[in-house]
Amino acid sequence: MTVYRNAPEPAQSAITVSDFNFWYGDFHALTDVNLNIAKNKITAFIGPSGCGKSTFLRCMNRMNDLIEGTRNEGTMELDGANIYAEGVDPVDLRRRVGMIFQQPNPFPKSIYENVAFGPRLQGVTSKSDLDDIVEESLKRANLWKEVSGQLGKDGLALSGGQQQRLCIARVLAVQPDVLLMDEPCSAIDPTSVQKVEDLMAELAPEMTIIIVTHNMQQAARISDHTAFFLQEVAGEPATLIEYGETDAIFTSPMDKRTEDYITGRFG
Amino acid sequence: MTENTHNSSAENIISAQRIKRALANGKSERISKNTSNAIMLGVFRVAAAITTLVLIAIIAYVVINGLPHISLDFIFGWPEGVNAEGGIWPTIVSTVYVTALAMLICTPIAVLAAVYLAEYAKQGRLVNIIRYAADTLASVPSIVMGLFGYALFVEAMGLGLSMFSAAMALALLMLPIIMRTTEEAIRAVPRYIRWGAYGLGATKWQVVSRIVLPSAFGRIATGIVLGIGRAIGETAVVLYTMGQAINMPISPLDSGRPMTVHLYLLANDGINMNAAYGTALLLMAIILAFNLFARWLSRKSK
Amino acid sequence: MASENLNAAEQAEVEQPAAAESAAPRKRDLALVSRSTYMKEKALQYLFFACAFLAVVTVVLIFAFTMMQAAPVFTDIGLANFFSLTWAPTEGHYGILSLAAGTALVTVGALVLGVPLGVGTAVYLTEIASARVRALISPAVDLLAGIPSIIYGFFGMVIIRPFVAEITGGLGFGALTAWFVLAIMIVPTITTLTIDALNSIPMGIREASFAMGATKWQTIYKVVLPAAKFGIVDAVVLGMGRAIGETMAVLMVVGNAPVIPESISSPVSTLTSQIALDMSYSSGLHRTALFGMGVVLFIVSASLVGVVRLLSKMRKKG
Repeated sequence: MTVYRNAPEPAQSAITVSDFNFWYGDFHALTDVNLNIAKNKITAFIGPSGCGKSTFLRCMNRMNDLIEGTRNEGTMELDGANIYAEGVDPVDLRRRVGMIFQQPNPFPKSIYENVAFGPRLQGVTSKSDLDDIVEESLKRANLWKEVSGQLGKDGLALSGGQQQRLCIARVLAVQPDVLLMDEPCSAIDPTSVQKVEDLMAELAPEMTIIIVTHNMQQAARISDHTAFFLQEVAGEPATLIEYGETDAIFTSPMDKRTEDYITGRFG
Repeated sequence: MTENTHNSSAENIISAQRIKRALANGKSERISKNTSNAIMLGVFRVAAAITTLVLIAIIAYVVINGLPHISLDFIFGWPEGVNAEGGIWPTIVSTVYVTALAMLICTPIAVLAAVYLAEYAKQGRLVNIIRYAADTLASVPSIVMGLFGYALFVEAMGLGLSMFSAAMALALLMLPIIMRTTEEAIRAVPRYIRWGAYGLGATKWQVVSRIVLPSAFGRIATGIVLGIGRAIGETAVVLYTMGQAINMPISPLDSGRPMTVHLYLLANDGINMNAAYGTALLLMAIILAFNLFARWLSRKSK
Repeated sequence: MASENLNAAEQAEVEQPAAAESAAPRKRDLALVSRSTYMKEKALQYLFFACAFLAVVTVVLIFAFTMMQAAPVFTDIGLANFFSLTWAPTEGHYGILSLAAGTALVTVGALVLGVPLGVGTAVYLTEIASARVRALISPAVDLLAGIPSIIYGFFGMVIIRPFVAEITGGLGFGALTAWFVLAIMIVPTITTLTIDALNSIPMGIREASFAMGATKWQTIYKVVLPAAKFGIVDAVVLGMGRAIGETMAVLMVVGNAPVIPESISSPVSTLTSQIALDMSYSSGLHRTALFGMGVVLFIVSASLVGVVRLLSKMRKKG
């Protein structure tokens, strides 16, 4: 059973998940997840490796559809509409729910083309519109000052931290309602981590952000709500153990397992 | 917080609005993205289906037309009449003979060459030249290899139209294939295995001969089997190095007629197409067997 | 690169004890490797090098020997005659241009048919097919690559030729039939190499594209294919080399008329098929002209290999 600590109510939520279960083939990976993600806030998913937090995140824009043999039960609603309902196009869904990955993954194209990729998919063709979007997105991702003179440069020629911010700019260019971040800081240098965290704080007022992180200081520092996932027995499904306001979870965890994890006793 | 990364929230909102406005100018596609997706994925499916169907068609056609003509007499008999009737035994023997000889000539050289490239060579001009040469050798048109074999082995070296001349020419054809697969096989042997042996004071040759080559054996064998398959199916190279006379080869200097050349002559003359189908089926069966064997070997060695 | 450097380092390890041997002896004898062991190791290394260098020797030998046999092309035939249109050896005309035109016609057609099929199959297998279908079709493509050219030629002669004859009228010997046969033959080459190129693209950029709301097709043509472009060109060039050099399959279906092709369904001849056809009876200048054609083919195939190597260098640079 999940412990809730002043968790968001459905009314103030961007995403509401009820009785969610997930399988990779025969392997039952997640069981009975119930939670609401607060709108325009930062929510952190924490837990040891293999606890299903990334899997759960990838369910939110149906990236798991791309893996053969996966299935799920329960509902996951984005602004009141079940994203797994019949007739929902995952491609359209992903245009509203953007994602940042652990490994920065710019396309082997120019910086400009990287950022213009999403808008072009949505039929933006005018050069001036595209120029506008590219500039504003790079500005919002705090990358503009570093690359403004060299938009034709290959995205892969940037440093790791810059690449990650380019990926963020690429997502911002399509103005998603929700931004999923799967350990966005684990493959970049500490200075860049600072920049990405600042960026998240700036974006939060108009965008729902969900971040998966291994770094508990990071979760405590930047998030409004925290969800702790755990797979207790290998081979058994993982589930949500404790969820609620970040301060409450970190200062006075109610569940023994949450306490053990955040005090570093395992994981 | 660092200054240069900090935008005021007002600026942020303006930015977001500008992006949204520009995005709103996006036109909806003439063909919906899902339609184009479905059409194009269909096109790729069709391409793959055609490729697969062609393969099935070729194999099925040869099998259906060849099978009725396969008999023990056909396999083990001698050709009769204008060599279009009877069996094809001498051509099978010639093919096996020349392939085995080519393999014996080629394998040691190719494997040692690969050892040099994978274990000894320092990256540089010389290695580049060797690789370029190997690639070129692999792409020389087979008829050019045949011409060369004819001029050098048959005429200049006086070996005549013989198993040996043909085997030498085939060995050149197999060389780059076995060299490349062996080099890949050697490189796939994990480094730490070598370090263990070096740590015990083994010399380089001891490491290579006792550790590296045995661990790479399965994959090297796969390469050799693939090379053999290639040699069995080769026609243009042997056409003017082995000759076309029906003969049971005993000494390497004997001439003969391999199955591929026999098939070519049968098909060209058109006197007995049944024998052509039978020969084609046997040839294909042998080569597919070698290829399947190679797949099995490579799977086993993984 | 890294592995090569490591090799060099390992080599230095082996050589060091030998160097120590010649230095002043220390308290404990450090000459762990005796001179004879060292000599043996060195000798083996030279042997391996000789084997590897044999590839270079062979290539030079093939070129030199074929060139030598073709020498009268320069002296007795003359380049003007050799690079003219008329191939009529009995009348002293040794012009290879109509044969070269035949080769070009046959190759271009084979590429037009074979490249979309080969690249399409590769894209299907790497990007679209389920694991089960892939496990079924991939080996089939490998098998297709293993089937000898004589079988393709035979199949072309007895199946495709009558079919073409039906459509175009005539006997069905000609470029059109060769297109189908060669296209089938180069598909496995192009498919396997394109699969390699596609597999070398990191999964991450595909995920990024899907996460941006791109459909599978949009991901394929906006992200995957551009990223793999060098590898695909590579595959096409090698497929082209295979088509230019193919002898038997072409010989059996083109009709072997050494003239400038009138139409795609009229008999033509190619460089390779003409060599194979004429070698059995030619002599004198006629034969030297065949070797001259061999030299031309050799130069073309070596240049294509050069192009591929250049491309892979560009690919490494990014």
